[in-house]
Amino acid sequence: MGLRLTLKKAIELLDNKEISLKEIYQDLFEKYSQENNQYNIYLSVNKNSFSEAQTKKDKPLRGLPIAVKDNILTLGLPATASSNILRNYWPQYEATVTKRIKEAGGVVFGKTNLDAWAHGSSTETSDFGPTKNPRNPQYSPGGSSGGSAAAVAADMAIASLGTETAGSIRQPAAWCGVVGLKPTYGRVSRYGIIAMGSSLDCPGPITKTVEDSAILLQLIAGKDNFDATTSSHPVPDYQKNLKKGVKNFKIGICYIDHPQLSQTLAAKATLKAGKIFECLGAEVEIIKTSTQLQKNRILTHEYAISVYTIVQRAEVSSNLARYDGIRYGQSREFFGHEAKNRIILGTFILSKGYAEKYYLLAQKVRRLYVENFKQLFSKYDLLISPASPSFALPLGSSANNPMFGELQDMLVEPSSLAGICGLSIPMFLDEKTNLYLGLNIMGNYFQEEKILQAGWVFEQTTDWNSWKN
Amino acid sequence: MKINEKLVKKIALLARLNLSKDEEPNLTKGFFQTIQTINGLLGIEVNNIEPIYQTTQLENVFREDKVEKDRTLSHEALSQAKKTYQGYFVVDQILEED
Repeated sequence: MGLRLTLKKAIELLDNKEISLKEIYQDLFEKYSQENNQYNIYLSVNKNSFSEAQTKKDKPLRGLPIAVKDNILTLGLPATASSNILRNYWPQYEATVTKRIKEAGGVVFGKTNLDAWAHGSSTETSDFGPTKNPRNPQYSPGGSSGGSAAAVAADMAIASLGTETAGSIRQPAAWCGVVGLKPTYGRVSRYGIIAMGSSLDCPGPITKTVEDSAILLQLIAGKDNFDATTSSHPVPDYQKNLKKGVKNFKIGICYIDHPQLSQTLAAKATLKAGKIFECLGAEVEIIKTSTQLQKNRILTHEYAISVYTIVQRAEVSSNLARYDGIRYGQSREFFGHEAKNRIILGTFILSKGYAEKYYLLAQKVRRLYVENFKQLFSKYDLLISPASPSFALPLGSSANNPMFGELQDMLVEPSSLAGICGLSIPMFLDEKTNLYLGLNIMGNYFQEEKILQAGWVFEQTTDWNSWKN
Repeated sequence: MKINEKLVKKIALLARLNLSKDEEPNLTKGFFQTIQTINGLLGIEVNNIEPIYQTTQLENVFREDKVEKDRTLSHEALSQAKKTYQGYFVVDQILEED
């Protein structure tokens, strides 16, 4: 069965000398050697992790192992972004997020699989094969941080780091039945993360519990001189108010009246989550979806699919221009199908005549989403919606669908475009398939504290978390 | 604008992508489907709306211009290069001599 440790629990047991780092690492390496071939979660593993851990016993993370998505640069391990172009690439510097984790006593245990360049929502566009969902290996773990979510779900990691551009933390967390936090854009440094959509990318924790999410966010959040888009907004103590509940919070339920969604289990489970928050003392309302920017209405997520596609493909085509085969990596011939798809569309959208038609228009509609959330957060503390419209889909579902990712992530795209924070936590388990639905709790800019607070009390009140004591 | 393999090939050339014959039909199809989807935006009323390119509202972020100890050194930066000469990348000649 293995140890099935959360970060919080592992720290407690280590402090009480009820467990040793040796036992923890033995358990993890055993699990890795038994199951990694089956699920294809780790692309590389740090063989020195245990000896590194022993030098960090007195630090906040006590030498505990953390899994890291393979688009994050860490010294001593390759960083491939799951692409053949970077197959043999070893970073020369450390990302700020992992630097901070290491300084706090964490150890990078291994690098996890993702959709190549984080392009996708299934981990199937990886040049190194898809990851399988440990909850049910016939199904996709979601993506792009599929490896990081699967590592946590399979107890092949105590906690992990992922990155999200629009959904890439929250959707795999939902599909794997774990906790995924996408911070406010600019809350966590992007330095040393292989860029995808630079105005959207956000690293964040994927963990077993909400409390673990607060612990990791605490370590990685804050201003970084190496990333000019990070904010100097003060970082609060995320554990301080974690257990205060949602009494007197005003919560709005979003998108569930949309015709494509209203009859789904995801919508029903979200409504039920709303009822739970109501029982816990919050004031909960359903917000009507609107096709126009209107006061006290939520702007339909449908436009966000197009806005996101335009903005992201444009930024992708610029960011992938640096892979010229000279400075690092193989030549551009090695780009996979999905990357080529996106580069071609992005190049087109930014070309003369079309930049105005598409790119500028998308950035205008993007402002509508920003204004919409600003107005709604003047009335509500939190907004909730399903994290994904469905349970995990069977492996192979993404084939030949150039918009697969955008459709799976449609309910979180508006929040990503606006740059607000969101947390996905398990809200339903289908016992037949052993697959989960995730609840997306969205908060205003820099209000991670509130979404964690709501997530924690929901986790405590319900039975969906697999690691509850 | 006509979306066909010719257009996709032209864009690919601009983006320095060499497409194989088998790739072209599939990429053209994907391109067409994606354009169809994003065309859904074209009817939205956005008169008098200013575009927003970033959400932090930060402007003119400066830091002191000094070399940080833990910044990458040039020999490390060159460690992945296929060919170097005295601390520089060596690349193939791209301009013809006349």
